[in-house]
Amino acid sequence: MDMLIVGAGGIVGALARYGLSLVFNPADPAAFPWGTLACNLAGSFALGSLASAAEGRLPDWLKLGLSTGVIGSFTTFSTLSVELLHLLQHGRLAAALGYGLASAAGGLLSVRAGMALTERRRYFAVKGGRP
Amino acid sequence: MSGAVCLLLVAAGGFAGAIVRYRLSQAIAKRFPSPLPYGTLTINATGSLLLGIIAGGHAPQWLALLLGTGFMGAYTTFSTFKLESVRLGRQRTWGYFALYMVSSYGLGLIAAAFGLYIF
Repeated sequence: MDMLIVGAGGIVGALARYGLSLVFNPADPAAFPWGTLACNLAGSFALGSLASAAEGRLPDWLKLGLSTGVIGSFTTFSTLSVELLHLLQHGRLAAALGYGLASAAGGLLSVRAGMALTERRRYFAVKGGRP
Repeated sequence: MSGAVCLLLVAAGGFAGAIVRYRLSQAIAKRFPSPLPYGTLTINATGSLLLGIIAGGHAPQWLALLLGTGFMGAYTTFSTFKLESVRLGRQRTWGYFALYMVSSYGLGLIAAAFGLYIF
């Protein structure tokens, strides 16, 4: 049953990534891959906020489907590796460096921002109102 | 190729890729328990190699959508890698944090280059 939930989430995540890449990733392999970067940063934010959601707030199957299924498939690492090499291959050193840094540091910051959002909400929920 | 067929190919690849990632990362975590997330590391390196082969081999469009965009896109993951990195940082295990970052990007790039230019 777990496998079906993850697989169903995988369909949703892969299709959403494909849709975004059609809109934002230019066909030219030397162009900057905005679509992949958007998917990876948005997905990292979403996973960060989901990961620090309180235990039992979401049913386990839904958490598995959303995190491992949808978000795991929505974000991608292999495309990032190949795109970095394509940028280097076309001599776009600055773009490759920018893409690598935006992914490496931006991904960490996105996860932290997502966690901060959920932890803040939880804090207010426990305190019962504004600080 | 019609739009509906493209969507179907990506969906089929995404379904399979997510399941393989889930099962493989579970199996590796069980077999090699470690603070370093070997599962995601293995998945991202092997996926980069295979996507490099697909991208370098000028695969037909249907195969690129099914195996590249669908399967490898869903099989490899960026968000889990970043979440695991943040957790290593929060535990103040900076050695593992650095090792995980460097090995993920290093192995990913080397594997993709191997697939793109050597295969």
